[in-house]
Amino acid sequence: MEERRQLTRVEELTYEVKIEQVMTTDVLTVTPETMMSEAKELLRNRRISGMPVVEKGRLAGVISTEDIITTLELGKDVAVREKIGHPVRTCFADEPLAQAIRRFDMYGYGRYPVVNRRGRLVDIITQGDIIHGLLRALEADYHEEETLKHEASYLLEHVDSERTRLFLSYRVRARDFVHAGDAARQIKRALVRLGAHPQAVRRMAIATFEAETNIIIHSNGGRIAVLIQPSAIRVRATDTGPGIPDVDLAMQPGFSTAPDWVREMGFGSGMGLANIRRCASTMHLASIPGRKTCLEYTVIPEKSIALREQLTRSQNDFTRNRRPIIANGKDRPAQIDEPG
Amino acid sequence: MKLRQIVDILSLTVMAGHAGLDTEVTGGYAADLVSCAMAGAQKDGLWVTLQGHLNIVAVASLLDLAAIIVTENKVVEPEALAKANEEGIPILSTPCTTFEVVGRLWEMGVRR
Repeated sequence: MEERRQLTRVEELTYEVKIEQVMTTDVLTVTPETMMSEAKELLRNRRISGMPVVEKGRLAGVISTEDIITTLELGKDVAVREKIGHPVRTCFADEPLAQAIRRFDMYGYGRYPVVNRRGRLVDIITQGDIIHGLLRALEADYHEEETLKHEASYLLEHVDSERTRLFLSYRVRARDFVHAGDAARQIKRALVRLGAHPQAVRRMAIATFEAETNIIIHSNGGRIAVLIQPSAIRVRATDTGPGIPDVDLAMQPGFSTAPDWVREMGFGSGMGLANIRRCASTMHLASIPGRKTCLEYTVIPEKSIALREQLTRSQNDFTRNRRPIIANGKDRPAQIDEPG
Repeated sequence: MKLRQIVDILSLTVMAGHAGLDTEVTGGYAADLVSCAMAGAQKDGLWVTLQGHLNIVAVASLLDLAAIIVTENKVVEPEALAKANEEGIPILSTPCTTFEVVGRLWEMGVRR
């Protein structure tokens, strides 16, 4: 069954691949005036079995080892011209491989000169060239299939359930730069294992790394919670600490309150929240200055983009019982609730 | 181009992550700010930086970078080297400046 499918694909490829794609282009030629003894040496040195005869740029014929043998039988050396009486069968460079294969089947020559549409010789094609060309095409095919398989999105889809959700939670300690990125890395690994689309994984990794380092740099410690569903990945990063007095200002690219010692490590560029906004499908930042900060964002896998509108509007289970305090999200209208 | 070739041509010192030297490198990014690298560095790319602390490995791991090139012989923390070995992410050291390294990579055709 499998073998049959493969054969069909090879046949298909013989129509997709053109003769010019499998040619070697380094073709050895002789003129009609070349002596057969000389041609014999050329064939022997190059270990080939035939070559085209070209006269003033035009293909005049083909000579092969067979012609050499009949010359030897004559017992005297003659010019190549004497041996190329019959008309030459050729292939066009832009024809599919199937055309060349048909000619090999029909006439049984070992090679065919390949000419362009103006009749100029461009190369010679052998059965070996065809096999190599097909193998290369199959390899490219296989590589593409592998890549596609890797790119496919099937986040949690192999789990049968009406409602699938996975909850992950990570503690993030203040000033713990040694473990910066650990939560992001573990979340990334989990998503890869669950079959998330590489793009979604990357966006989550970047956004979560930034959220995590923000907690490490600015807060007294916090937590990153992730809710993974086939349709979306939601993150809630909460901390206690100084909070953000001006959320709008904090969202501006380049704005930073990081101390110098943090900047020396390359952090505190003021691009963290901007990075999160860039990577997240929705983002929502709320804070009570002097007390706490809550950042929520979602990454919606490519396949589920259509669900985005629905998701931004609905109050998901994840946030239902946790009311934002001072909301200032890009994707939601600002709202002020009683502190919880 | 294979990472190993780049190491040879630029005479880089492999400080850690020998296991990752056979990666095919597609491009690169240069910055000393972590968030900029997070935003700009591409999968299977090189990150050329002056930073030598542990967090560069976290960034490289999160972004699936091919390797980190630490310039001007900047001291790389032992914790970073240990983590890089663990993750199989090469840390490559050079006395050259970031400017020189990027220039030479560009000449070698690493341009994405």
